[in-house]
Amino acid sequence: MSEAVSALAGAGFDGIARVEEAGQVGMVTLRGDLDSAAMVKAVKTATDAAVPGQRAITRAGGYAVAWMSPDELLITCDHDKADAVVNSLAKSLAGAQFLAVNVSDARAVFDVSGAQARDVLAKLMPVDFSRAAFGPDIIRRSRLAQVPAAVWMSADDTFRVVCFRSVARYLFDVLCMAAQDGSEVGVLG
Amino acid sequence: MSTRLKEGGRRIDRAKQVEFTFNGKRMSGFEGDTLAAALLANDQVMMGRSFKYHRPRGVVASGAEEPNALVNLGEGGKFEPNQRATTTEIFDGLTAASQNHWPSLDFDVGAINAKLSRFLPAGFYYKTFMFPRFAWKHLYEPIVRQSAGLGRVPKDRDADTYEHYYAFFDVVVIGGGVAGLMAAKSAGEAGAKVLLMEQTPHWGGRAPVDGGEVDGKPVEDFVAATVAALEAMGNVTLRTRMMGAGVYDHGYMLGYQRLRDHAPAAKGPRHRLWRIRAGRIVTATGAIERPLSFAGNDVPGVMLASAVRDYVVDYGVSPGDRVVVVTNNDDAYRTAIAVKAAGLSVPAILDARAGGGGALAEEAKAQGIRVLNGMGVAKVHGKKRVEGVAVCRQAGEGAVEEEIGCDVVAMSGGWSPVVHLWSHCGGKLVWNDKYAMFQPNPEASPTGADGEGFVLAAGVAAGAQTDTDFEGLGLYETLRTAVRAGTQAAAELGFKTRDVALPTVSEHDEVAMEPVWLMPQGAGAKLRMKAWLDYQNDVKVSDVQLAAREGYESVEHTKRYTTLGMATDQGKLSNINGLATLANALGEAIPQVGTTTFRPPYTPISMGAIAGEARAETFQPLRRTPMHDWHEENGAHWEPVGQWRRPYCYPRKGESHAAAVAREVMATRDSLGLLDASTLGKLVVKGPDAGKFLDMLYTNMMSTLKPGRCRYGLMCSENGFLIDDGVVARIDEDTFLCHTTTGGAERIHAHMEEWLQTEWWDWQVYVANVTEQYAQIAVVGPNARKVLEKLTDEDISAESLPFMAWKDVTLDGVNSRVYRISFSGELSYEIAVPASVGRAFWGRLLQAGEEYGVTPYGTEALHVMRAEKGFIMIGDETDGTVIPQDLGLNWAISKKKDDYLGKRAQARSFMDNPDRWQLVGLETVDGSALPDGAYAVAEGTNANGQRNVQGRVTSTYFSPTLGKGIAMGLVHKGPDRMGEVLDFPGTDGKTYKAKIVDPVFYDRDGEKQNV
Repeated sequence: MSEAVSALAGAGFDGIARVEEAGQVGMVTLRGDLDSAAMVKAVKTATDAAVPGQRAITRAGGYAVAWMSPDELLITCDHDKADAVVNSLAKSLAGAQFLAVNVSDARAVFDVSGAQARDVLAKLMPVDFSRAAFGPDIIRRSRLAQVPAAVWMSADDTFRVVCFRSVARYLFDVLCMAAQDGSEVGVLG
Repeated sequence: MSTRLKEGGRRIDRAKQVEFTFNGKRMSGFEGDTLAAALLANDQVMMGRSFKYHRPRGVVASGAEEPNALVNLGEGGKFEPNQRATTTEIFDGLTAASQNHWPSLDFDVGAINAKLSRFLPAGFYYKTFMFPRFAWKHLYEPIVRQSAGLGRVPKDRDADTYEHYYAFFDVVVIGGGVAGLMAAKSAGEAGAKVLLMEQTPHWGGRAPVDGGEVDGKPVEDFVAATVAALEAMGNVTLRTRMMGAGVYDHGYMLGYQRLRDHAPAAKGPRHRLWRIRAGRIVTATGAIERPLSFAGNDVPGVMLASAVRDYVVDYGVSPGDRVVVVTNNDDAYRTAIAVKAAGLSVPAILDARAGGGGALAEEAKAQGIRVLNGMGVAKVHGKKRVEGVAVCRQAGEGAVEEEIGCDVVAMSGGWSPVVHLWSHCGGKLVWNDKYAMFQPNPEASPTGADGEGFVLAAGVAAGAQTDTDFEGLGLYETLRTAVRAGTQAAAELGFKTRDVALPTVSEHDEVAMEPVWLMPQGAGAKLRMKAWLDYQNDVKVSDVQLAAREGYESVEHTKRYTTLGMATDQGKLSNINGLATLANALGEAIPQVGTTTFRPPYTPISMGAIAGEARAETFQPLRRTPMHDWHEENGAHWEPVGQWRRPYCYPRKGESHAAAVAREVMATRDSLGLLDASTLGKLVVKGPDAGKFLDMLYTNMMSTLKPGRCRYGLMCSENGFLIDDGVVARIDEDTFLCHTTTGGAERIHAHMEEWLQTEWWDWQVYVANVTEQYAQIAVVGPNARKVLEKLTDEDISAESLPFMAWKDVTLDGVNSRVYRISFSGELSYEIAVPASVGRAFWGRLLQAGEEYGVTPYGTEALHVMRAEKGFIMIGDETDGTVIPQDLGLNWAISKKKDDYLGKRAQARSFMDNPDRWQLVGLETVDGSALPDGAYAVAEGTNANGQRNVQGRVTSTYFSPTLGKGIAMGLVHKGPDRMGEVLDFPGTDGKTYKAKIVDPVFYDRDGEKQNV
C-alpha cells in the first residue's frame, strides 16, 4: 500500500515569521448556484457550515467553506473526509446542476504564523493585510509572487496559504525569503 | 584645499571614525558623513571625469541631484556602478573608485576629447551615421564604444536579496522636510492612515541649515518636536532612506527603501520596493538649486551655493578656504554668512542683480563681506581645481574688471521646485514668471479613477503661491502650504478636519531673484563653449544654441539631439537652464518651449529592487510533479515544458543522451517502460449539456461516446487552426474528463470558461481543472498488463479493459483510474492515482516491473515512439497556422455535426484548398536524420529573390526501432507525391535528399497496441 504524503513532507522555516507546510488538507471544489436553497442545505448537511458571502469564509467543526467566485466554493476538511463530502454533496444535490470534486491532492497548504506574519505575506501578495481589512472571516484569492494563491486566517496571527501542489517548493522558497531574518517591515506586525 | 573643520557638523559623530578607500587610497571620515563629504574632508575635490570630454569634475551638489560625483561602489557581488557620492553614507570598509578615466583619475588619456571638441559638436553621434558611410564602422563606432558609459558593468551575481512590500495608505507624503512633516501631521491628526517617506537618513530637509525660527525657537527644535509628535501617532508610519520613486495611475506609487546600503554587513534584504496604493499623495519634495552658466562652471571647486553651506554646516567640512559667491538671488547670501561663521574667507559676493539683495545682503555686508552688485563671473581659472575668478559686468560681454583668487565658487541661479513626482502621472505645470520657475498647477493635478485629482503639492515643491500676502519660498509659506495640502488630502478622503493654527515664524524677508540664463548675458562664443549646462553628458550652452540653429525647435528633440538631461541624473540641474537657453535661441518665451517629460523613477533604483524575490532559484516558478525528486535522484536530463521540468531522458553513467533515448525506446518496445505523464492537463466537464459543449469544442463527436470509453479529439480555434489535442474519457452520463497537452491545461481551461461565460452562458456545464490532483503514469510495452496484474486481482484482461476504454481499479490498494490508451503504439495504460501517493506508487511499479527490466523513459523517447507511429504533436506538426485537414486528420472531423469551433473557418477558400502543404513521412535516401526545421526547396526564386520552397520538416528523429532516420513534414500536395525525392539544404552546407513516404513508419495495422 502506498502511503499518502503532502508535497514537502511538512517542511518548516523560522525567520521573522514561522513558515510551515500544513500537511495534507482535504479540499473539495463545489460549483453551482450558491443562492439556491438546495445548495445552502447541501453545504449545511455536508459541513454544518453556512454558505459564505463574497470573499468570506464560514466554519463549523473541522470544516470550513470559502467563497471562491460567484458560482464556486472551496470546502476544506480532514484529508480523509474529502470523498465523503463529495458523496454527501452529490446525494443532496442530485438532480440539480452542480460540480463537486475532490481536489485535496492538487494543492499544497502552508501556515505563516507569528506577529510579523501579516507583513511577510504583504511582501508577496498585493492584498491589504491590515487588521482592519483582513480578519478571520476573510478569504482572498490573489497572486503570491508569480503563482495563484488563496489565503485566510486559521488562527490568531496565523495565515493559511493554499497553492497548486506543483509549485509547493517555489511557494515555500519565496515565503522563506520573505521571512528571512532582518527583514522586519514594522507596519502591520 | 578642502578639509575637515575643527568644529561643527550636525550630522556627523566625531567620536566614531570610519575607514574607507577611494581609488585604493585609505581615507577616514566620521559616522554620518556622506561619501562626498568624507572625500572633501580628505582634500579629494576631483571625484570623476565627464562622460564625453573626460574633463576633471568635482562634486557640485550635496544631494540626489548630483551629476558629477558618481563612483563604482563595492566589489564582487556587492559591486554597483554610478552611485552618487552625495547620497552614499559611508561605513567601515567601503570601497569606492572614480569612473570614466584611464589610466588614472589624475592623468586621463580620454581628456584628448576636450581638445577635439570642435569635432564633437551637438548631435555628433547622429552625424556619424550620415557621413561618410564607411567611417561609422571603422572610425566612429570603435571610438564611441570606447568612450561610452560611465561606470563598469557588474560581473558577479548580486550577493544581496531584495523584496517588495504591498502597502495601503490613505495619504502618502513624499519628502520629510518641514513641509512633509507638517503635511503628514495635518493629515494624521484628521485620522487618516499616513505614510511619510524621506529619501535621506534625516528629517527636516534644508530648514535647519537655512535657518529661521518657529514659535521662537530654532527650526531644528520644531523639526524634532514634530517628528516626536508623528512617532506618537498610531496612524502615521515614518520611514527615512526611502525615496518616492514614481507616481502612477489610480494612486499607485513606488517607494524605494534603502535598508542596508549604509550597513551592508547587517542581515536582511538590501532594498525594499514599496508598491503602494494611496488615497492621496502629497509631494513635499522641496526644490533644487540651479547652477549659473558661466565659462568654467564645471571646474572642480565650483559648487552650488546651498551645497557649500551644507558641507560646512551639516558635515563640518570646508570645501575651500576662500569662497566666492555668485548669485542672482538672496538665498546664496546664507552661504556667505555660513562660510564666514565657520572662520573661512569670503573674498566677494557677486550679485548679478543691479539692485542687489535685501535683508540677507545687509547682514552679509554688516559682517564685512564685500558685495559687488550687477557683477558676475567672466570665467573661472584653474583646471583640476578652482584657482580664481575673473569678474565682469553681468550686463556686458565679459570684459574683465577684476581678478579674485579663490578655491571655491558658490553659485546660485535660483531654485526649481522638484515637480517630478507631481508630473509623473500627468500633473501639469505653470510658469511662474516672477520666480522664473515651473511649478505645479493645482487646477490640473493627476486624476484618479473618479476623475478627481489625487496628488497635492506642499511646501516649496508647490512653487511660489499667488493667493497670499506672503510670497516666495520662505519658511512660513512652506508651513502654510503644507498644512493646507495635508488637511485637504484628508478632507477629500472624507476625514473630518479642523483648522490648524499655524506656528509663528521669524525669517528674513527676501528680494526677488532675477533670472540669469547666461553669465555675462552678452558672453561671446568662446565663453559659451565653456559654459556647461549638463555636467554629466557634457552639454554646453553653445551645443543647445547650435541645435536651435540646425532647426531643432521642440525641447524633446533638442534633448535627444544634444543629450541634454539624458544622463543618469536626468537633468535635475540642467533642465531649466537648458530650455531657457533654447527659448532664448529660438526667440520664444520659456513656457512656450515647455519642459521635457518627467518619468519615473525620480533617481535610478536598483535592478534588484525591481526584481524583488524573482531571482536565482525563484526567478520563475518551477512546477514539479509528485515524482520530480525521483527523476532528479536518478539522473534525469531535464527538458523545460512550460514551467514544468520533465525528464528528457535518464542517461546512465557515461551514456550519451542519444544512447539513453535509444535504450529507453527499445526497452519499452521490447518489454516495459514507464513515463511520468502527470503534467498532461485534466479537465472535468460536467452537466446535462456537457456532451453538446464538447461537440462544439472538439472537431469530432464526443456526445456519442459511451461511459467507460475514451476517444481522441482535436480542438481548433474559431479561426480553424489546431490548438490542442488529447483523449476524452466519458466518466458517466453527465461527466467527461478531457486530457489536454501539458502546455494546454490552463489555456484550454480558460478557453472553456470563456465560451461558457460569454457565449453559452445558459448551457448547463461546469468545468474544473483537476490536473494536479493526479499523478499519471504511463505503463507501456508488451509486459504492461502483466505488471499491472501483479498489483491487482481485478479483471483487466483485453476483454474487460479493451483498447480505448477506462476502468477504476484498485492497484496495490490505491484507488486508480486506468485508461487504456497509447501514444507509443504499444500495449499501454495510463494510470491516474491521487498525487499524494504518486511517488510511492511509482516506486511500486518499478518494483513490480523489475522482472521485466522496467525502464523509465523521458520525453524524447516518447517523441520518437509517437513519430514512429505517425502521431502528430501539437507544437511540432502545428504552429498556429495548421488545420487538421493539413495533417490528414479528416477522420477526426465529424461530418454529422452542424457546427464546431473552427468549422466555418475551415470552409474558407484558402483553407479548403489542395495547394496547402500536407503531412507526409520523410525518409532520407541514406538513412540519416533530416535536420530539424529544414525546408524542401523548389525550382526558381520568389519576388524577394529567395529560393522557392515546397515543404518543411516538422519532426525528425533517429528511430532506434527501425535503425534509420525518420521524419514528418508538411509538403505541397505531399500525399499525392509518394516516392518523390526532395532536396533539403541543411545549415551545415549539405543537401539532404529525402523520399516522401507514409507518415506511419511502425506497426501500421496497430497490432501491438491492440492485444
